[in-house]
Amino acid sequence: MSDEKHVKLAQKPYAKLFRQYGGIFLSLVVLCIIFSVMNPRFMTVANFMNVLQQIAVIAIAAFGMTWVILLGEIDLSIGSIIAVAGMVAAQAFLAGFGFLPTLVLTLAAGAVMGGINGTLTAKLGLPSFIVTVATMGIFRGLVSLPTNGAPAMIENPTWISIGAESFLGLPVIIWIVVVLFVFNHVLLSKTTFGRRAYLTGGNREAAVYSGIKVDRVKITIFMISGIMAAISGILLSSRLYSAQTNAGTSYELDAIAAAVLGGTSLAGGVGTMIGTLIGALIIGIMNNGMNMLSVPYFYQLIVKGLVILLAVWLDVRSKRAKQ
Amino acid sequence: MSAPASDVILKINNVSKLFGPVAALRNMHLEVRAGRVHTLLGENGAGKSTLMKILAGVYHATAGEVEFCGSPYKPENPQAAASRGLTIVFQELSLCNNMTVAENILATREPSVYGFINDQALERRAAEIVRDLGLPVDVTEKVGNLSMAQRQLVEIAKGLSIPDPRLVILDEPTSSLTEAETEILFSIIGRLKAKGVAVIYISHRMEEIMRLSDDITVIRDGEFIATRQREDVTIDALIAMMVGRRMDEIYPPRLSPAPAEGEAPVLAVEDLSRAGEFENVSFEVRKGEILGFFGLIGSGRSEVMNALFGMKAAAGTVRIDGKAATISSPVDAIGRRIAFVTENRKEEGLVLAHSVEWNISMAALQRFAAALGFMRRREERKSAVSEVGRLAIKTASVDTPVGSLSGGNQQKAVLAKWLLTAPRILILDEPTRGVDVGAKFEIYKIIRQLAAEGTAILLVSSELPEVLGMSDRLVVMHEGRLGATLAGGATPETVMAHATGITS
Repeated sequence: MSDEKHVKLAQKPYAKLFRQYGGIFLSLVVLCIIFSVMNPRFMTVANFMNVLQQIAVIAIAAFGMTWVILLGEIDLSIGSIIAVAGMVAAQAFLAGFGFLPTLVLTLAAGAVMGGINGTLTAKLGLPSFIVTVATMGIFRGLVSLPTNGAPAMIENPTWISIGAESFLGLPVIIWIVVVLFVFNHVLLSKTTFGRRAYLTGGNREAAVYSGIKVDRVKITIFMISGIMAAISGILLSSRLYSAQTNAGTSYELDAIAAAVLGGTSLAGGVGTMIGTLIGALIIGIMNNGMNMLSVPYFYQLIVKGLVILLAVWLDVRSKRAKQ
Repeated sequence: MSAPASDVILKINNVSKLFGPVAALRNMHLEVRAGRVHTLLGENGAGKSTLMKILAGVYHATAGEVEFCGSPYKPENPQAAASRGLTIVFQELSLCNNMTVAENILATREPSVYGFINDQALERRAAEIVRDLGLPVDVTEKVGNLSMAQRQLVEIAKGLSIPDPRLVILDEPTSSLTEAETEILFSIIGRLKAKGVAVIYISHRMEEIMRLSDDITVIRDGEFIATRQREDVTIDALIAMMVGRRMDEIYPPRLSPAPAEGEAPVLAVEDLSRAGEFENVSFEVRKGEILGFFGLIGSGRSEVMNALFGMKAAAGTVRIDGKAATISSPVDAIGRRIAFVTENRKEEGLVLAHSVEWNISMAALQRFAAALGFMRRREERKSAVSEVGRLAIKTASVDTPVGSLSGGNQQKAVLAKWLLTAPRILILDEPTRGVDVGAKFEIYKIIRQLAAEGTAILLVSSELPEVLGMSDRLVVMHEGRLGATLAGGATPETVMAHATGITS
């Protein structure tokens, strides 16, 4: 009976949530207030929908990146995977494939590319930074092979509708983000696979001794990252009606920034999907707000860089304070 | 017979070193004289390394005085120690494998002009040092291409390359040397003595100590026991001084009688070998039995346990309940209900940033898996809470990060993690290292309880009293081989003799 009581008492989900996300959520609110004061059109439903659609591609890639960073690894190739996914789809349609086969083929391409990253990292013991710098180049090069660098049009109406249609009053893109968020969040926080990812990232040695097949965890996670990037690529190609060879360039940096802003530790073992979602929202709102204020692009880059530095510094500082 | 007091080059008086409430050294005394080899003898954990680290400026004494060459000595760091003419060669190598022998020997002291290293001068200087010492190594060779023994010699050369050495400390320098290189080392020591340099020598090899030493000081449990001249002692007398303590109330009694001699073993290991680490190791352990494993550092104890747990491949046969078992990974081992409390809890045992609960459940995740791989979080929490209660782990809650617990409670968390897998064979590698006395007793009680419940236990330790106090039988390892298998009532002297290899 006393055990039972202990079990309940120890869970205070709201206090814990606030402790974990209070700071970053506050920054999100502050950003919103600043932008709405400076531009009255910012705080409108229409604009908010706009922001959500704009962040969709980054947020989904960032969900995948969160898994990878959680493991203490990095995946720099996702920007290139985004482009490859679009090109695979465009070529599949050209070859006469229907919507569903093309979808499956595109997702499989993402899984294979992620699997290559994971296998090279886990089985050959190469640092993931180096592996994915290399595959970033290789995949980016592959995009141009079918068209010699020219964009490829996509005319499949179902494909196009992903980026254009709404469902129950919300754009389909936003539904996809919501579904993938729930999927990744549940997989990470409620399943044994998610726990194994946390443990492997937290202390690989201890995980091995505890009977966790860390290589398998690692390869699976890089495949998840590849599939998430492929879905980002699908959304992007749908909105652009085409596969662009330079699509997704440097998106890996935004994805990393979103995950790290959301509290994912680059040392591994710590991080959540909720944090990453908030991190992606912050990046999206900064982009949107600064665009509406007509801040020149190069200033935007500087501000974004400074915000990321600030977030990482706060993260490191709070960890030192705990020790 | 005794030399005049003016010969005394190093005088340690009443030195103590506390780590929190734990005393690693208490009122230590030592006098080292010029031109003599002074051996420090003590078990692992007796305080030798702490004392050496104080002399090297790595640690600072909590109390007491040190006098070196006639003036007070309190080095801030190893560089300060070196500038006074005191140099120390640690057991662990501190060489950069991708740099040359010359670059390593003169690291941080490279001949240079305006920060640009003069490579020719560097090689010339290093070559002189190596030639003076009579070392058979090429200074332009990369350290990574040398054998372990040669690297150890380079490490020694690096230590001796300071401008004017007065006192040289060698910490187990021969542990990785072959006979030929040991001879080279001994001739180097002979030349140092002739130049009037004092040498503090740390080793476990008794023949070596008797051959090399002029004076021998025995320390035990951080305390000074005695200093003797070599001519006045025997090996047996030294071993007795080293281990000579009574078995007090430190070890709780058995809760049930030890299993009978004839009972079938749960685990039988035959001729387990792994090149370069251990050879033909055979032993058996029965249900409810505590089998002690004693050996000095480097004797291969932990390597055998890692092989048994599937972390390292090894030749030989492992039988569980009489049936041959292939264990090629920890997954296999856990599947056969073997649990392994490893030597380094922070590296191999725990995820320090994660909660007590997550750490306790990590080896038994399968137990908490529901359909589709969902975690049964309530079950997990219940198990964690009940283990915390059973082992009396002191923690604010099961949500507390395990890294914020004390050493003893961290160790109990590792135990809890493995107990949740309901092991039939439990390997404990140094289960009380870095744990305070109170927690030690509690851990011993848990071990007794587990044995009474029928768990077969392999207790690996470098603390002799611990293995003697807890084990039903005892396996002694020496340099990768089985020295002996002894009954529970073995004397410390017998065990130590087998562990140091003087009874072969």
